[in-house]
Amino acid sequence: MTHVPEWLLTVVIKSAVLIFIVVTAFAYLMLAERKMLGWFQMRVGPTWCGPWGLLQPAADAVKLVLKEDLTPADADRFLYKVAPALAVLTALLAYAVIPFGFYPDGHPIAIASPNVGILFLLAAGSIGVYGIALGGWSSQSKWPLLGSIRSTAQMISYELAMGLAIVPVVMLAGTTNLAGIVAAQARHHLWYAVPLFVPFVIYGITALAETNRAPFDLPEAETELVAGFHTEYSSLRFGTFFVAEYVNMITVCSIQTLLFLGGGDGPWVERLPWLSVVWFLVKVAVLLFTMIWWRATLPRLRYDRLMAFGWKVLLPVAALNLLIVAGIVAAGGPRG
Amino acid sequence: MSFLFWLCAVIAILTGIGVVASRHPVHSVVGLIVNFSALAVLFLTLSGEFLAMIQIIIYAGAILVLFLFVIAILTAGNRAVESAPSRLEFQAVPSIVAGLAALTLLAAGIRETRPAAAITSPPPEGFGLVATFGRSLLTTNLFAFEVTGFVLLVAVIGVIVMAGRPAVRS
Repeated sequence: MTHVPEWLLTVVIKSAVLIFIVVTAFAYLMLAERKMLGWFQMRVGPTWCGPWGLLQPAADAVKLVLKEDLTPADADRFLYKVAPALAVLTALLAYAVIPFGFYPDGHPIAIASPNVGILFLLAAGSIGVYGIALGGWSSQSKWPLLGSIRSTAQMISYELAMGLAIVPVVMLAGTTNLAGIVAAQARHHLWYAVPLFVPFVIYGITALAETNRAPFDLPEAETELVAGFHTEYSSLRFGTFFVAEYVNMITVCSIQTLLFLGGGDGPWVERLPWLSVVWFLVKVAVLLFTMIWWRATLPRLRYDRLMAFGWKVLLPVAALNLLIVAGIVAAGGPRG
Repeated sequence: MSFLFWLCAVIAILTGIGVVASRHPVHSVVGLIVNFSALAVLFLTLSGEFLAMIQIIIYAGAILVLFLFVIAILTAGNRAVESAPSRLEFQAVPSIVAGLAALTLLAAGIRETRPAAAITSPPPEGFGLVATFGRSLLTTNLFAFEVTGFVLLVAVIGVIVMAGRPAVRS
């Protein structure tokens, strides 16, 4: 047997476990969304597969696997097949650096904790658009192309405001390390959602846009574009796009928790360090619930309004807020 | 580390060739994305954490998305854009000469450097970190930083002037 470095083995095992957990979370997030949308609309949601519909994700998976995998005759075959994998790859990439809590010795529970953690998340998000953009383009039909072009423009536009909403957090915490940002909030006994309420809200809005969720789900607006960028996809490749979207939802909620809601910080964490994982998951679950809530509440935006809102409202507000926070920090306000 | 270097170097060179050789601009863009990502990993092996992330966020993320956006609109059909024989054949000789000249320069540069010294001395404390990078950008290299910002500002104003110009009435 050839020699395998121990760190490599650890990383591979951690990654495999994490991917399993995240994909399971995806399956039940989807079920939870269907249930909740049902309740929001005075329906019951899925109930037939297993008790309370709990086996619905398994049934969906079986259905998807058994469907025929179609490729349009004119499609760019290579990119058409690679695009869903790319989407889910970039979605899972973020989990390499997200700290889910703390070990008793204070080390973050994460695969890696690089100094540039938050930049890594921005980088993973910025290449996340390619799965959708290439998937739509390579299908070579009208609706997917329109969907992919919409998605590209939307994600570039909202990424700017998102970046500007994150910078104040970095300035207050004095570090780009995610565990460091969480630790800074615990040290100040103040979650950044309180002093940085405006960036918190802006991040929440841009997170909806980045994950193509209602009311910003124009890339797949079924009333206008059939199913948008994934119109031509079927079977497991369609399912892969689905996984990517829901994993991205969990990702943006995790990031929001880390940056603004103190990550794994919470009552009794000093005495029971493992509780940090529970607090982290609870916060992420609350944010996910609000994401589903928005979907049940708000109608889809018109495309020009979406662009105008991103460029003429979110971006200036985020920039102004950034200048104010920078001024306060430079004038000797809280830091580190 | 050496394995990672060779892997990324080979990927970077192959995708670089792919960018030039592919018949469809979208494939060129995809090649360039992979190329930039491989370069980012190379920066990582040189402790350039911040540079690696910026390489991905700005180049692979923002700039190439815009490339893809424009190209996807312009080339909605899947036919190769350059199906006819090249009309730029007169460029062959000058480009080979220029390529050989660049290769000579590169070879000379490689011969001049002393790789042993570069490998044995570890990078200085805090090298490549965001704080170090930022401090250097706003102190030692402030002038270059501001001039670059000014050049970009000129470009932005130029775009607004050109795109915002009212259509000429005929």
